[in-house]
Amino acid sequence: MLRLAPVLTLAMMLGPVAAGLLGTLLPAAGYVPVLGGTAVSLEPLRMFLTQPGIGMSAALSLSTGLVATFGAFAAVVVFTAAFEGTRFFRALRRLLSPLMAVPHAAAAFGLAFLIAPSGFAMRLLSPWATGFQRPPDLLIVGDPLGLTMTLGLMAKEIPFLFLMLVAALPQADALRSRRVAASLGYAPVAAWLTTVLPRVYPQIRLPVFAVLAYATSVVDVALILGPTTPPPLAVRLAAWMNDPDLSQRFMASAGAMTQLGLSLFAILLWVCGERLAAKLGRLWIESGRRSAAEELSAALSGAAMVMLAGAMLAGLALLALWSIAGPWRFPDALPHHLTLRAWTMHAHAAEDAIITTVAVALPVVVVAITLALACLENETRDGLTVRHRSLPLLYLPLIVPQIAFVFGLQVLFLTAGLHDTLFAVALGHMVFVLPYVFLALSDPWRAIDPRYGHIAGALGASPTRTFWRVRLPLARKAVATAAALGFAVSVAQYLPTLLIGGGRISTVTTEAVALAAGGNRQLVGIYALLQMLLPFAAFLLAAAVPGIAHRHRAENEATA
Amino acid sequence: MTEALIFDKVEITLAGRDLISLDRSIEPGEVLTVMGPSGIGKSTLLAHAAGFLDPVFAARGRVLSGTTDLTGLPPHQRRLGLLFQDPLLFPHMSVGENIAFALPPELHGRTRRRQAVATALADVELAGFETRHPATLSGGQKARVALMRVLEAQPRALLLDEPFSRLDAALRDQIRQLVFAKARERGLPVLLVTHDRADAEAAGGPVVDYG
Repeated sequence: MLRLAPVLTLAMMLGPVAAGLLGTLLPAAGYVPVLGGTAVSLEPLRMFLTQPGIGMSAALSLSTGLVATFGAFAAVVVFTAAFEGTRFFRALRRLLSPLMAVPHAAAAFGLAFLIAPSGFAMRLLSPWATGFQRPPDLLIVGDPLGLTMTLGLMAKEIPFLFLMLVAALPQADALRSRRVAASLGYAPVAAWLTTVLPRVYPQIRLPVFAVLAYATSVVDVALILGPTTPPPLAVRLAAWMNDPDLSQRFMASAGAMTQLGLSLFAILLWVCGERLAAKLGRLWIESGRRSAAEELSAALSGAAMVMLAGAMLAGLALLALWSIAGPWRFPDALPHHLTLRAWTMHAHAAEDAIITTVAVALPVVVVAITLALACLENETRDGLTVRHRSLPLLYLPLIVPQIAFVFGLQVLFLTAGLHDTLFAVALGHMVFVLPYVFLALSDPWRAIDPRYGHIAGALGASPTRTFWRVRLPLARKAVATAAALGFAVSVAQYLPTLLIGGGRISTVTTEAVALAAGGNRQLVGIYALLQMLLPFAAFLLAAAVPGIAHRHRAENEATA
Repeated sequence: MTEALIFDKVEITLAGRDLISLDRSIEPGEVLTVMGPSGIGKSTLLAHAAGFLDPVFAARGRVLSGTTDLTGLPPHQRRLGLLFQDPLLFPHMSVGENIAFALPPELHGRTRRRQAVATALADVELAGFETRHPATLSGGQKARVALMRVLEAQPRALLLDEPFSRLDAALRDQIRQLVFAKARERGLPVLLVTHDRADAEAAGGPVVDYG
């Protein structure tokens, strides 16, 4: 039974990706009997390519995704190079850790509330500095080049990339490498870039690809912060896929395959960049250059990290404030008074959304944790690690753009009569929750001293008893954290919920994004805040429950 | 060319408790051995000189190279060559790149730098090892590359933190002689921290024993 776990896990994760891709490819070629298409043709592709502004949409997706990923990557890498080991570095690390669990949509709303023409920043400056009595007619949110969207994506991806990088540092022997390089005369940034980066980069490469694929195909952030004339490609695809006119879906499928190609192209460009960087790195090493614009690098990366983290935190605080704001006219810096009116008015609808969100997330997390534990326990009993072989497979669902296969899944569920059900949505979420749960659980699990198991066995405990009474209790804290992370991932899902749920399954995230165009800030505040509070509640539970029971054993526990 | 390495009334304390102190001048070409069992903090002397002292310790006194006060300088401007227990060759660089990484940037031109790498390797009987990967070297070969890497950075002095303790007995004596010979050849002051009396004897210089 346990031996089936790895196969089952891969099937749950990769099955939907493969089936979904096929389900997208067939209509892209004009073949969907259910929708009346039986002849294979290039007509969908032709139709897609003749849509007005489609080239601009594709260019926007590519540029915003590449710039946001590169910006976040550069900020994180240079910041770590300049500050690793300092108090400032540790402080920022503590600040950024919880931000990783904030859903993209909530972060995007927060940023919009901060920097929009009628946003908090403009209110603080008006009218005394700007002279504005009314919000200026500026296209800050939704600018045609997608600059604000790029900034939002960057701010949201920085915590993720930063934590992935920090987790990889010990394996790169970062401290001793920096010391050797310093004793050879290398200034901090130069030392880090030449001796630590080449060794940590392979470990954060797949997460970077995941960010790149996500950023080039994002829908929710683009709906909130992105341009509309035209919007990025994925936004248009999502609209066609939801169109009541079913014939749009052939064209949408052709577009989804194009999106897949576009995201892969972005990764290809990145890989070319890697090659170039490696070449330049070799030249640098041979030249013996001892510094790398040290002060400037430190100042720029420090400022970028503090400003983006600060903007995110300020944005989240604004969400909370708006949700309880009474009348709040421009250019008042603060609301006239605070009220719970919006909350009481929408309590009922919000409650429904919360129940649906939890009803999807909880079973998904339970199944994901069970599968991950079964895989890891199987691995422990066999005494082998499949880490290197399976890691790219784990990342696959995160690297294939969601829109390329979620739409195909929708078509398949439609065919199977499972469309618009909680079950189908849960299956869709599983694809994204499983990799994160597995990644969060595997390192702490593998770090458990195997001798505890050996001792238990020598004392006569069966493998099953050893699992339940020895290994699982030791990994309890890691399991709780992985479960909270999985919960957060499920809560944040927008596109799979929207498409597979056919618009009929409303979670706090789909509700929040649906409100983006409406302009009711109190209501947006409520749903974006709920989006954030649900994962935080999960992490609080994870932090509290196992700790209380056996506090004195903390030093032996595996931690995530 | 080189100047003495001076520990001017250096005292290191941990939480107000005196840990270790040193008030000595190490002349060019001289090896000062600091002996003592592990745990007495002799490595903190070295960390203090190199600028890596953990902030839980407090240090008084100055470390100078001749008349240059190093105490306030950041680690990368002190130019003190460090050898650790492990050779710590960078695994993402070839043997030649490990040496080239250490060559001063003032040495311009690809040909001249490659020539300098070749000379350095030949100097420790590793001629032609430029493209080898560090992982393919024996323990003794790694130690020799690490030594040349430190020397090619043209340090003001050498700081050795039990650099021979991980080598097996037969190799240890050979590497020991090589390190001391090279340091003397270049007239470098050397601070050696060890718990092995044989190291002190081979060094042949003054010994400060905290045992």
